[in-house]
Amino acid sequence: MDEQRQPAAPVIEPGYTFGTVTDKISSIVLTRPTSNGWFLGFGVAFLLTMMMLFAIGYLFVRGVGIWGITIPIGWGFAIVNFVWWIGIGHAGTLISAILLLLRQSWRNSINRFAEAMTLFAVSAAGIFPLIHVGRPWLAYWLFPYPNTMNYWPQFRSPLVWDVFAVSTYATISLLFWFIGLVPDLATLRDRSTNRAAQIIYGMLALGWRGSARHWHRYETAYLLLAGLATPLVLSVHTVVSFDFAVAIVPGWHTTIFPPYFVAGAIYSGFAMVLMLAIPIRKFYGLEDFITERHLQNSAKVMLATGLIVAYGYAIEAFMGWYSGNRFDSFLLWNRLHGPYAPWYLSLLACNIFIPQVLWIRKLRTSPVALFLVSGVILVGMWLERFIIVVVSLQRDFLTSSWGMYYPTRWDWMTYIGTIGMFLAAMFLFVRILPMISIFEMRTLLPEAEVKE
Amino acid sequence: MKRTPIYGMMAEFDSPTLLVEAAHHTHEAGYVRVDAYSPFPVEGLAEAIGFHKNRVPLVVLIGALLGGLSGYALQYWISAISYPVNVGGKPYHSWPAFIVVTFEMTILFGGIFAVFGMLALNGLPMPYHPVFNVPRFALATKDRFFLIVFSTDPKYSPSETRRFLEGLGPRSISEVPS
Repeated sequence: MDEQRQPAAPVIEPGYTFGTVTDKISSIVLTRPTSNGWFLGFGVAFLLTMMMLFAIGYLFVRGVGIWGITIPIGWGFAIVNFVWWIGIGHAGTLISAILLLLRQSWRNSINRFAEAMTLFAVSAAGIFPLIHVGRPWLAYWLFPYPNTMNYWPQFRSPLVWDVFAVSTYATISLLFWFIGLVPDLATLRDRSTNRAAQIIYGMLALGWRGSARHWHRYETAYLLLAGLATPLVLSVHTVVSFDFAVAIVPGWHTTIFPPYFVAGAIYSGFAMVLMLAIPIRKFYGLEDFITERHLQNSAKVMLATGLIVAYGYAIEAFMGWYSGNRFDSFLLWNRLHGPYAPWYLSLLACNIFIPQVLWIRKLRTSPVALFLVSGVILVGMWLERFIIVVVSLQRDFLTSSWGMYYPTRWDWMTYIGTIGMFLAAMFLFVRILPMISIFEMRTLLPEAEVKE
Repeated sequence: MKRTPIYGMMAEFDSPTLLVEAAHHTHEAGYVRVDAYSPFPVEGLAEAIGFHKNRVPLVVLIGALLGGLSGYALQYWISAISYPVNVGGKPYHSWPAFIVVTFEMTILFGGIFAVFGMLALNGLPMPYHPVFNVPRFALATKDRFFLIVFSTDPKYSPSETRRFLEGLGPRSISEVPS
């Protein structure tokens, strides 16, 4: 038990001052030359983005018939990927808002890029419902606005709730991220020696000068925004789960969906945070700021949310058996023995069994192991959404309406292309904006405390 | 406000503790038009310069109420008055279904009011400000802490205020041209 009594690894390695923290983070943006590795990574991500644009362009010309969606499976990849991306975004808001309210100061070194991750993941997610509506140029019909058709949205539908939830989420995430950046943009304005950079950062910094009055209002606004974002993030995936749960399709119509969707979202989000943080801290030498403590804590969050997800699966299976409803019990049978059984079994392996290795302290602190486990979880969470969307629709009440779903190359190109777009945005972000919140890192230093 | 060529007298400190002490002394000495600048939020600094009235929470409350009420009113007006559609025999005014959008609108307006209200109360964006005329002020976003007594302060006098600030043990003192 001695191992447990070891003091936790520090949030920031000792020996830093306000000046060195500032220089270390701002120099990544201002003075560090762009490496060949960055160009290579960005180049690949950019090509994938172009592939996505090509796939979407072709979709606009030919229509959704180029995808694998058919009746009965009308949702397919578009909704699978939408739910997957939105879920990934949730970890960023959890880290920036919920952990702020819980006074978990270790969040200060990962919240900035986790919020950026949220923003880019929500952008990737937003593409899918828009291109799935069939006539994307009319997607603005989803919003209530006065029009000559005298037509209005139908507010009893979860799909309309989703429009409001996701667009609110995107807006609040953007505001939260930008407002957190303002003091750091002022730092970049004052540190940079390049005239163009001074003007651009200076304009973005809004003239921030660090006045005590400003800081006071700033902190209040930031805290209130965190308080607003906390119920928001829980509501977003709840509403996404309503898209399914309000329908009567077996496998969708269950009350466990909201909590289990939210836990799954945070699960996959933390996996993405780790998959980004581990290479970033290595390549940019930020091990002093993103320490073993951060990796361990994220691994623990993944363990906890992974167990909630496992509970969700268990209840789904239990209710399939206990309800005595023949359609529900058939769904369970179909998942385990139907044509998609290998997918379901891989899902159980990826989301429940393999992540249990994180109970081992040695693996929890090893960046390589964490990176691999996070990758497995991201695959698992994608499979979960695939199972929910496809296997439920595939065989519902009438045998005459059963079918199969075969994704086409256009489905894959769009999906992989959004990953490219997400990564390209992350590559740009780490080059042009401070990826760690500089002013919040300063508050973590012992000298930041006011002694009486 | 009378326009003076000098905006104020600025003192530079090395640590947040020194700045808070200096701010307390300045406030006690009877200076009322004072401000302090720091590279991160310093606890107790706003109180030390005599700033107590923070209206951000009120602004957020107004925004959140406005958003929630208008969200609900919009749905009621659309679903019950302007465009009544019978969906599964549900009443036109089916309020439980309207809660989600009402909630999202509450959050949306509350958040927007929090950010833009805070910026407006702070008088931002303001790309030019006289304090930026002091070259050393660039360090206020890195590792230095500044205290300024504005020349509009009734007690302000170039020589007297400089002597007072020198007594607080600053690293440097500069006059801020306006």
